[in-house]
Amino acid sequence: MENIIEIKNLTKKYKDFTAVDDISFNVKKGEIFAFLGPNGAGKTTTIKMLTTLTNPTAGTILINGYDPTRQQHEARASFGIVFQDPSLDDELTAYENMDLHGMLYKVKIKDRKERIKQLLEFVELWDRRNDLVKHFSGGMKRRLEIARGFLHHPRVLFLDEPTIGLDPQTRNHIWTYLKKMNREEGITVFLTTHYMEEADKVSNRIAIIDHGKIVAQGTSEELESKTNTSSLEEAFLSLTGSAIREETVKNQAMSGRARAWRR
Amino acid sequence: MIEVYTLWLRQIKRYYRSKSRILGSLGQPLLFMLALGFGFGPIFQKAGQGNYMQFLVPGIISMSILFMAFSSGIEVIWDRQFGFLKETLVAPASRFQIMLGKTLGGATVAVAQGIIVLLLSLFVGFKFPSASLTILAFVFMFMIALLFAALGIAIASVLEDMHGFQLIMNFLVMPIFFLSGALFPLAGLPKAILIITAIDPLSYGVDGLRGTLAGAAHYGLMPDFLILACIVAVLMALGSYLFSKIQV
Repeated sequence: MENIIEIKNLTKKYKDFTAVDDISFNVKKGEIFAFLGPNGAGKTTTIKMLTTLTNPTAGTILINGYDPTRQQHEARASFGIVFQDPSLDDELTAYENMDLHGMLYKVKIKDRKERIKQLLEFVELWDRRNDLVKHFSGGMKRRLEIARGFLHHPRVLFLDEPTIGLDPQTRNHIWTYLKKMNREEGITVFLTTHYMEEADKVSNRIAIIDHGKIVAQGTSEELESKTNTSSLEEAFLSLTGSAIREETVKNQAMSGRARAWRR
Repeated sequence: MIEVYTLWLRQIKRYYRSKSRILGSLGQPLLFMLALGFGFGPIFQKAGQGNYMQFLVPGIISMSILFMAFSSGIEVIWDRQFGFLKETLVAPASRFQIMLGKTLGGATVAVAQGIIVLLLSLFVGFKFPSASLTILAFVFMFMIALLFAALGIAIASVLEDMHGFQLIMNFLVMPIFFLSGALFPLAGLPKAILIITAIDPLSYGVDGLRGTLAGAAHYGLMPDFLILACIVAVLMALGSYLFSKIQV
């Protein structure tokens, strides 16, 4: 099968800290690929490099055949993303957030209206579609964020901890939808999550990153047999150790401050 | 061009909803019009310069457009802190389209604010020129708005937070306003001040607006327009470049 993402010797250094350290892996077209790792392991930094938000220090990336550092426009037209931290416009309504996204990604008006209705119903926000997002709870915002990510149908969909803070019903709901999109439209999914059972259930292949390096990759069965464990969670712990990690929190601290100001 | 329209539309919606912002930013121009207009009016008249209110109103309109347009930069910083900037940056739109959409959005909002101030000025005795000159005045209002929206956005694209922007407000925007001839005639000023006012881009906006609304241009309407247009073009190019360099 053809690769839709190819990463070779990818490295990202911030001053004296190496966030991503010489990683290489491929994602095949049409697969659901889980990228797992403890907090601060380099998952989000890798996604930022893949999605043109940050330039790598070294190494090469191809996404849908395009280099995100040079063919930015083509690369951006190839993917969609649900970010780990909020990226909605609080001063707009749920519907407007969806609609603006659809317009930016040139989803035709008829499809746009249809899909927005379908997706907002799916995440149970259709009744609240004309409410400003700033009045939404955390879980509602998260659901809207995911619905927005599903609105245009890209070749590759990045999901950075999409289900964080959602109840099991909603999580289950979302993974089912995602698998359907993957199956019916051949959308490649690149996801990160801390819920090992979810990763195990939805993904075809898994890569585990720790301290900026890929420590293992393969199917969950392969990872389990490699580590002599009986579940993905145990395999994960055996590969990454059980010490608790500190994150570098520049972004979190900033958004916290912004929230305090707005009050 | 739907990308440009999308970003423009977003700004219009946000402006329309922030009634407190619309009202709040009317306070300062009103105060200036009342205090300075009536305060210096008699002296201006005695010095043989004519009606000060008629002279001052174009300057105050320029001021409110300057502040409103420049604050488009604040929106970029909010977007960065609230995360919406990422949504804009990963969108398959050229950085020029992003810059253009945001600048047009900020400029439209600023012109709307300028028009409100213009209408308010009728209550303090401002008299409109002919219809054709009034239309020409809108052109100059839009040029001032474009210029400072582009400047604010370009500067904000390299700033991480609000503190830096406040600094620039105080050390760049206030001098731009006070040294533009918005409040006083340029004729007969000391040479040094004249040179500074000639460097200040707002001088040409104030002059163009005063030329159309009050019939007294210092530099001439055509030079005013051309200089403003050139600066807008340069700032748009610069802003697009800076947007392409943003990393989050």
